Amino acid sequence: MSEATQPYISHIWAEEAEPDNPFEAKACYCHGYDVYGDLLGKAGWAESLYLLFRGERPSPAQGRVLEHLSVALMNRGPRDHSVRAAMNGGVGGSAAATSLMAALAVGAGQYGGAHEVFHAVNLWQTCGKDLAAWQTGLRALLDNKEVDIWLPIEHAPGFEPNGVSCPTPVRQTLAVLAAHTGDGALHWLGDNREALEALAGCPLAMTGVAAAALFDLGFTAEQAEMLFLLLRLPGAAVHALEQQALGWRKFPFIGSRVELQDDPGAMGVPTIEGLEP
Amino acid sequence: MTLQTLLDHENTWPTRMGKAFLCERVVMRGKDLHHELGSWDWFKMYCFSITGREFTDNQLKLLNWIWLATSYPDPSIWPNHVAALVGTARSTSSMALVAGLAVSEASIYGRRPDRKAQDFFYRAGAAVDQGMTVEAFVDEEIRQKKTIYGYGRPLARMDERIPHTLKLVAELGLDQGRHLAIALKVYHYLKSTKGLSMNIAAINAALSADLGLSSEEHQLFLTLCFVAGMPPCYIDARDRPAGAFFPLRCDGIVYDGAPRRAW
Repeated sequence: MSEATQPYISHIWAEEAEPDNPFEAKACYCHGYDVYGDLLGKAGWAESLYLLFRGERPSPAQGRVLEHLSVALMNRGPRDHSVRAAMNGGVGGSAAATSLMAALAVGAGQYGGAHEVFHAVNLWQTCGKDLAAWQTGLRALLDNKEVDIWLPIEHAPGFEPNGVSCPTPVRQTLAVLAAHTGDGALHWLGDNREALEALAGCPLAMTGVAAAALFDLGFTAEQAEMLFLLLRLPGAAVHALEQQALGWRKFPFIGSRVELQDDPGAMGVPTIEGLEP
Repeated sequence: MTLQTLLDHENTWPTRMGKAFLCERVVMRGKDLHHELGSWDWFKMYCFSITGREFTDNQLKLLNWIWLATSYPDPSIWPNHVAALVGTARSTSSMALVAGLAVSEASIYGRRPDRKAQDFFYRAGAAVDQGMTVEAFVDEEIRQKKTIYGYGRPLARMDERIPHTLKLVAELGLDQGRHLAIALKVYHYLKSTKGLSMNIAAINAALSADLGLSSEEHQLFLTLCFVAGMPPCYIDARDRPAGAFFPLRCDGIVYDGAPRRAW
């Protein structure tokens, strides 16, 4: 096929054109389901999200797990680095998308972010429900110093290296999600949390619960990374809007707390006649 | 890392990198931005901000060339395509550049190959120091990793930037570095044994290694290198009717998924 006519290929999406316009769809099909003629009005958000990523509609239990996980991740609050990034966009009146781009860039990371979830889902795939395999898998990951755009990960993914004990919301989320997943990773994580924490040397984090849930739902590490990015965006959005409305005078400014250690000292500024300092 | 790490940093950020004393002065890496760096050109200052080093004029000519030579105002190139889509969708000019640069941290071109290629040359140099031949190191690398970044190029065989770059580095007297020599040796070996070509990521990485840039410095330096090709692509799409940048027909998507079914 020539370059001029080469189409995009998709196993997710198909369209039929309106009779009067080849650039507008009369019908759109997601994995074979008529989105506007059948799915809409019947399927919920989490079900549709699962269909989009996995290609099949979820079981009722799977739908509930993704629904509950979406609620758990919906807003991690201003302490979350990605949300705080969005707030720094909002307070300055940045375009809406740039606040979310900031949240995505920060929330992509290997400390509390989506690439940490990516690593953790890979560990579930490799280690399953075998503590000895987790010990080996964690060591191999932490020993991997290969040069890449991603720096070597500095802690066991899914765990909080600065933590003291597993926070209540993490345990609450794990309990709610595990109740819907039979004998999957979440259930095993609930039973073996303290043993895994001992291996990791620090307490379980929300990234670890999310990774176990997304693994139980059959998502690949790459899909889990994407979902962990997008499911946290609502919180980033509202906190950006909130800080924009509150204004910069009510937003903490850290300038006085940045302590320069090699200050060459003031050298003055030019004096310009008519320009007051 | 412990809770104490957080407590220790809660209210202070000691740094030697810099600070803006707003309404008074700015310090970057120990130098007054306006007094001590104010006579530099921006590019030199950018390299200083990344490395803390002051590069020579010839080194800066080379680094400037690496950016200039990869400024392709062609919307078929994926990051530029993003910039053009921003224009056709009537989003903002800043987002055109930022989104284009963000996707440039790619795996089959851009930042990942850049970084991995440079690491390859550092490791190859260390292996040669241990008595290994370049050819044996290449064979071992292919056996372990199957890929040598910087060799082979998606969509094109000949990298038009390479001869220009090699000519320039010879003129600048920067063509005697050991990593550049290794890059060319690898090229001849892979060309003769596997028919592979070389792309500019290999040459840039070798030259950056010869300048002593670390892996992170190499990536930070190259992060903006596609940027000058993007404004023309954005502007071109912005100046035409909304949605006019290669509009896609419904039948321009070929579906090969599950058959029609009812929810």
